[in-house]
Amino acid sequence: MAKGHQASGIVAGRLSPQALSENFDDLHAPYAPHEAAVAADRCYFCHDAPCMTACPTAIDIPLFIRQIQAGHPEGAARTILEQNILGGMCARVCPTETLCEEACVRQTAEGKPVEIGRLQRHATDTLMAAGGHPFERAAPTGKRVAVLGAGPAGLACAHRLAMLGHDVVIHEARPKAGGLNEFGIAAYKSTDDFAAREVDWLLQIGGITIEHGKALGRDLSIDALMEGFDAVFLSIGLGGVNALRADGEDRDGVRDAVDFIAELRQASDLGDLPVGRNVVVIGGGMTAVDAAVQAKLLGAESVTIAYRRSRDDMGASRFEQDLAASKGVRLMFNVQPVAVTGNGAASGITLAYTSEQDGQLTPTGETVDLVADQVFKAIGQTLIAPDGIALDGRKIKVDGTGRTSRAGVWAGGDCATGGEDLTVTAVAEGRDAAMDIHGVLSA
Amino acid sequence: MADLTTDFLGISSPNPFWLASAPPTDKEYNVRRAFEAGWGGVVWKTLGAEGPPVVNVNGPRYGAIYGADRRLLGLNNIELITDRPLETNLEEMARVKADYPDRALIASIMVPCEEAAWKAILPRVAETGADGIELNFGCPHGMSERGMGAAVGQVPEYIEMVTRWCKQYYDRPVIVKLTPNITDIRKPARAARNGGADAVSLINTINSITTVDLDLMSPEPSIDGKGSHGGYCGPAVKPIALNMVAEIARDPETHGLPISGIGGVTTWRDAAEFMVLGAGNVQVCTAAMTYGFRVVDELKRGLSQWMDDKGYDRVSDFVGQAVPNVTDWQYLNLNYVAKAKIDQEACIKCGRCYAACEDTSHQAISMSPDRVFEVKDEDCVACNLCVDVCPVQGCITMERMAPGTVDPRTGKVVEDGYANWTTHPNNPAARAAE
Repeated sequence: MAKGHQASGIVAGRLSPQALSENFDDLHAPYAPHEAAVAADRCYFCHDAPCMTACPTAIDIPLFIRQIQAGHPEGAARTILEQNILGGMCARVCPTETLCEEACVRQTAEGKPVEIGRLQRHATDTLMAAGGHPFERAAPTGKRVAVLGAGPAGLACAHRLAMLGHDVVIHEARPKAGGLNEFGIAAYKSTDDFAAREVDWLLQIGGITIEHGKALGRDLSIDALMEGFDAVFLSIGLGGVNALRADGEDRDGVRDAVDFIAELRQASDLGDLPVGRNVVVIGGGMTAVDAAVQAKLLGAESVTIAYRRSRDDMGASRFEQDLAASKGVRLMFNVQPVAVTGNGAASGITLAYTSEQDGQLTPTGETVDLVADQVFKAIGQTLIAPDGIALDGRKIKVDGTGRTSRAGVWAGGDCATGGEDLTVTAVAEGRDAAMDIHGVLSA
Repeated sequence: MADLTTDFLGISSPNPFWLASAPPTDKEYNVRRAFEAGWGGVVWKTLGAEGPPVVNVNGPRYGAIYGADRRLLGLNNIELITDRPLETNLEEMARVKADYPDRALIASIMVPCEEAAWKAILPRVAETGADGIELNFGCPHGMSERGMGAAVGQVPEYIEMVTRWCKQYYDRPVIVKLTPNITDIRKPARAARNGGADAVSLINTINSITTVDLDLMSPEPSIDGKGSHGGYCGPAVKPIALNMVAEIARDPETHGLPISGIGGVTTWRDAAEFMVLGAGNVQVCTAAMTYGFRVVDELKRGLSQWMDDKGYDRVSDFVGQAVPNVTDWQYLNLNYVAKAKIDQEACIKCGRCYAACEDTSHQAISMSPDRVFEVKDEDCVACNLCVDVCPVQGCITMERMAPGTVDPRTGKVVEDGYANWTTHPNNPAARAAE
C-alpha cells in the first residue's frame, strides 16, 4: 500500500514528524536583535504617517519603530498595546500587505515596505518574554459588563473595560478562549501556542472572568444578561457556515474548512491528523488559503483552490495567493462546484466554468472534473442572529461606537457591521465599544 | 587612464593615498601588507624618544558611534604613540623602505619640547632612508598631559620653535601635523610655515567622548569604570577637516603651503573633496581600520574613473581647484534667489519636508488631504532644509529664479548681477558702491 503523498483516501501520517515540524514552523521567523535594528532604521518617521492611518487600531507605528531604534523594544510594545491589546497576534496574522505595509512610503519608493508586522512582533515578543503585564486596573467602579464571545473583539473589549475598573464576565461557548486566533487561523501564523499564551497574558490585567460552555441562544439570553449586568457586548462571531448548494455535498470527505482548521489547531500531534490525497478547497478568502496550504503541508499530493470569480476578486491578498502557490497549491479561477461525485465517499468534483457579466456569474457551459477525495467548503460564514437585535443585511447593525438597536447592548467583531472581518478590526471595535460603554456607565 | 602618481614635497608615490600614522602603521608586518595591498605611502606610527617605551591601557582603547545597520561613522581612541622600542621601529622602517623604494615612508615623531630630544632622534630617523618626517603636534589624549602632542599644537610659538629645530637638524621634508582642538586653525599653520615647514597635515583627532555607559555612569571606552577623552576620527569628522584644510589653503599667509588632508577619507569622493580644497594628497586611517587595507582598491579605481570622466590627466590638475570658491559669508551673492521645487513624480509622500518646514523653518510647504506637498513660493526662503531631509535624492531641488522675475516672498524684482552684504543698505558698515 502506498504511503506518504500517494496514500489513497483521507489518511493520517503522510509526512514524517520532522517534515511536519518544518512545514508548520513560523511563517515569518522572529527577528534577531540586529535584524530588528536594521529593519527599524529603514523607517522614515513620516509626518502624519500613512501606515498609521491604514491601521484599523491606529497604532503610532513611526513612534514604536523609533523606540525600537532607540533600544526600547518594550517601550515600543507598550505604544502598540495601548492601541491594540492583541498587538502580538496582529503582528502575526494581520494582512499587513494590504494595510500598514501597503501604505508605507517605502513600498511606493522601492516596492519594499518597512516590515512593520515583524517589527511589531519583535516589540511585543520582547515584552511578553520579559513577563508581567504592562497595564494596571483603575479603581473598581462596581459596574459589571457581560461579554459574549472570547474572540479578539471580546478580549479587547474586556481588557479595556477591566483596565478602566469595571468587572467583566466573558461567556464563551468553546472550551478555550481566543476565538479565531485559537481555532481559525493557520498554525504557521501562531506557533508555540501563541494564541493561548496571549490570552493568559491579557487576563493578567485582572477583573476578567471567563465562563466556558456558555452560548447565546442555548444557555444564555440577552434579557437574562441585562438583569445581572450593567452592559452587554456581543462578540459572537459568525457561527454558521454557508452551504455549497452542489449535488453530493453530503458525501463523506466533504466538510467545512473552518472545522478542519480548528481540528488542526487543536491537534496535539499533526501526524494523527488525516488529510486527503487530492484535496479541493472551494472559496477565495483567507480561510480557503489557510485550509489549502495546511492540507498541502500535511502531505496531500494535490491541493486545488477553486474560486468562482477572478483572481482580482479573491478575498485573500496577493501575498496569501503567492504563499499558497509557493507551497504547491493550484489556484483555479472562474470555476464553481456543480457536483461532488463518488461511490459513497467523495472521489471527484465537477466544476463549471463561469463568466462574469455586470457582476453576475453565469456558467459558460464548460465543465471540468477533478479528482478529489476531500473537499473543503470555505465559502463564508454567517451570523446566527441573536433575538431582539436589529440587523443590517447579514450582520448586527451598530453605530460608530458599537451601539446596537437595543440600549445597553453593544456589538463588535465579525458579527457586527463595519470594517473588514480581520482580527485587527475586531480589536479596534472591541476597544472602541469599551470606551463607549465606559462613558455610558460613568455618566 | 588617469595617472595617479603623486609628487608631494618631492616625494613620489604611485597614488595619493597614504596610511596615516596610527595603529595600522605600527609595525613592519602591517606596513608590508599595506604596500602589498597598494597603498601609495605610509606615515609610520609615531616614534617616541629613546628609552623605555610608553605603555598603553590594557582595557579597551576605542569607542564608536554608528549609523544605520551599525555602520561605523565615528571612532575615538585613547591609544598612545608606539609602545615598541625606538630601535625596533627604526630597523623595521629601514628594511621596509629598502624593499619598497617607490612608496612614500614618513616617520612620525613625538619627543619632548626640548631641542636636545629632537636633535638626538632626527639623525637616527634619517638613517632609515625615510622620505620625510611628520611632527605629531596633534594627539589630544595621554601624551598631551605630558606636554607633547596637542599640547604643542595648541601653542603656535612651540610649533614654530620645534619646526625650526627639525629643519635645522634634518634635511628631508618636514610635515607638521595639526590638531583641530584649537579655535583658529590658521594660527598653528602660520606658525608651521614660519618655522620652515614644508607642509602641514590635518586634521589629527578631535577631543571626544563617544558614548556613556548609563549603568556604569562611565564614558566609553571604559577602563575599570572610568573613561578619558579620546581622539575622534572617521567619516563623522570629515566636514570639520574639510573646512580646516580650506581655511589654510585660502589664507594669504599660508596659501600654497602643501597640505596632506586627513579626516574621515573613506571613498574616492572624500579624497577628491580634500584635494580640490587644497590637499596634495590624503591620509587614511579609520576606513582601513574598519574595512581592512583593501579599501585602497576602491579609492584608486574611483579617483581614476572620476579623473577620466573629468579629463584630468594627473592629480596635480585638480588639486586646489575649489579653493577660489571658498569665501567669506559677506561676499556671497545676495541677488541669487532660489525656490525649492518638489518633483511630484519622484515624491513618495513621507511628509518629512512638510514637518521640517512647518515645525522648524518657514511654513513654506503645504500639505493636501491626499498628501500632495507643494512649495509656497511666497514663503520659501530657499533654506534647503527640505532638500536635506528628503529621503529621495533629487526629488526636491533648488531652482534659481531668473533675473527680472519677481520674488513672491519679497515682492522685489530679482536683480541681475552680483551684490553682497558689504554694499547692502542694512549693513551699518556698508560702503557705497563706487
